[in-house]
Amino acid sequence: MNAPVVVAATQVLAHVPGMVRHGSKPSRELPKDAEVERKFLESLRTFDEAVAYPPHQAYLSTLHPRALPERPWVGTTGGSASRFGGGGEVMPEEELLGLLAAVDEAGLVTLTPGLAERAAAALRTHPLGKHLALDRIERAVGDVGGAREAPGSLALHVGAGRAEGAVRPADEVDQALTASVLLENLSSKATATLALLHLVHDHDLDPQSIDYVIGCGEEAIGDRYQRGGGNLAKAVAHAAGLSEASGMDIKNFCAAPIPALMVAASLVQSGVFKRVAVVAGGSLAKLGMKFQGHLRNDLPVLEDVLGGVAALVEADDGVSPILRLDSVGRHRVSAGGSAPQIMEALALEPLQRLGLTTTDVDDFATELHNPEITEPQGSGNVPERNYRTLAALASKRGDIAREEIPAFVQTRGMPGFAPTQGHLASGLCYLPHALARLTSGEARRVMMIAKGSLFLGRMSQLSDGMSLLLERNQGQEKGNQGE
Amino acid sequence: MDLDSQEQLLRLSETHGRDDLVVVIGAPDPESAAVTAETIAKGDPSYAGALAGVQLGLEVRHVLDEEIRQEVPDDIWDAQIGVMADVLDGAALTEAVAKASQGDGASG
Amino acid sequence: MLKGKQVVALGERDGVSGPAIAACVEAAGGTVAFSATECFV
Repeated sequence: MNAPVVVAATQVLAHVPGMVRHGSKPSRELPKDAEVERKFLESLRTFDEAVAYPPHQAYLSTLHPRALPERPWVGTTGGSASRFGGGGEVMPEEELLGLLAAVDEAGLVTLTPGLAERAAAALRTHPLGKHLALDRIERAVGDVGGAREAPGSLALHVGAGRAEGAVRPADEVDQALTASVLLENLSSKATATLALLHLVHDHDLDPQSIDYVIGCGEEAIGDRYQRGGGNLAKAVAHAAGLSEASGMDIKNFCAAPIPALMVAASLVQSGVFKRVAVVAGGSLAKLGMKFQGHLRNDLPVLEDVLGGVAALVEADDGVSPILRLDSVGRHRVSAGGSAPQIMEALALEPLQRLGLTTTDVDDFATELHNPEITEPQGSGNVPERNYRTLAALASKRGDIAREEIPAFVQTRGMPGFAPTQGHLASGLCYLPHALARLTSGEARRVMMIAKGSLFLGRMSQLSDGMSLLLERNQGQEKGNQGE
Repeated sequence: MDLDSQEQLLRLSETHGRDDLVVVIGAPDPESAAVTAETIAKGDPSYAGALAGVQLGLEVRHVLDEEIRQEVPDDIWDAQIGVMADVLDGAALTEAVAKASQGDGASG
Repeated sequence: MLKGKQVVALGERDGVSGPAIAACVEAAGGTVAFSATECFV
């Protein structure tokens, strides 16, 4: 049988303090108040601070989230604290601007000669530099002052410094092709491409061996006639040199990654494709979303990184963790929209169906938003609330005693460590950790749970969500017994 | 608070009048509950929406308020709220809403 | 408190959602005039 397995997963971050001003919230708030803008610019982090930030190291998977130090994390150092680590890297802003130009096929980006030279030089020595179209960086050099003055264009800054680049709109009136929409899409494309390149080359995979790429990022690329047209995935496949792949995007608000993994696993199990990659880039719109709370609490602007992720699904290799398609939990229309009803549908029902209990699952990975980012803005600790809901339901079901709830939360849950870009936080960010623990035998089952706020689109009051179990490969169990 | 919700509140307060209208909120944290309650009672503190500078003075309660709990039949409460009543701190939320909607309004 | 009243249900995804509040309100004899759910993450 072609039981689908996840053979590898990589995660990257791009530290982009200069681009935070183009996040949805800052772009609306900063122009209103010069004093707020001044404080905002003073509160941007340096690259070294962003690399050392313990949740970022957990995201790169150089340390497990349960090994994170006590909070506060700001001002402390975690994991290897180096740029390259785990299965990915933190890319500095100048290189990311170069990468934007390298994946820009429409001549949208203009860079100053100085920035282009520095970015190209850095990317030439980057381990993945030879796989990038670096000649495009040189071609992006132009009159940035003039480009910024053009109607509808956006300036690109490095940190709090002066403008070193500009993005132009692709159409004067098309609201789906404004400079800000295109910068969001290009940022997502660049970070997803970086993650996919790490996946392929860090694991010595043949780029031509990947048949299909599924995108599950938050951007819906398109034009005025089809705003959510989609297929950033194929653009990413092309940029990463996957010449034999095609692709598509799966949209489901923040929940999209789990449906994407489900589809990838189904395509492999059915034999339609042998190797399917799931990719997502970062969400520029969400940068700086809670900056007001951070400034109020004298914290740096913490939402200053774009995340990227790539994972490879293929048929059973006897070693890699299995994506159990019989475990898929879905939120039915009739399931009800309260938090316990959603958790019941996504976590408890599938386990019951498989004859398992909540204590048969070692790690639950769900909505792992970094609480140091959400709490100062009054949004509380999202993962902890999820774990407490789950533990309360587990206790109600009799899996654990009432007094075991705190221990359940602590040992089967974990602190949130993901940037507040919902699709990354929705279980996906835990994938490299899950692969490591399931392969080593430290864990036998990991449940990934994603939730999506589809009511935000005003077409329904419903939520959605999906869950999937990752299980240690039986081939490994047998191998170990034989030793 | 969502700008659309602010507009809806303004519209409903004009058509129904203050005495007929109650707002029930479901915020998870006392801090966000306070901001929502303050917006409803005294206007939008961020001056971004339709309620900027508008003191609606509407009755506002958190759904976990004991007074609300008493009015909801047990089966509906168990299905819709259930374990959330244990997960969230109902007393703190009730107090935060009361303070923000009645006090002098100096909430975060 | 709720019986016979026009009620606005302002839920939050991470707390109690709009539809969950609305169901409680209706069961308590109130009329839901408007219901929404906010999401801050």
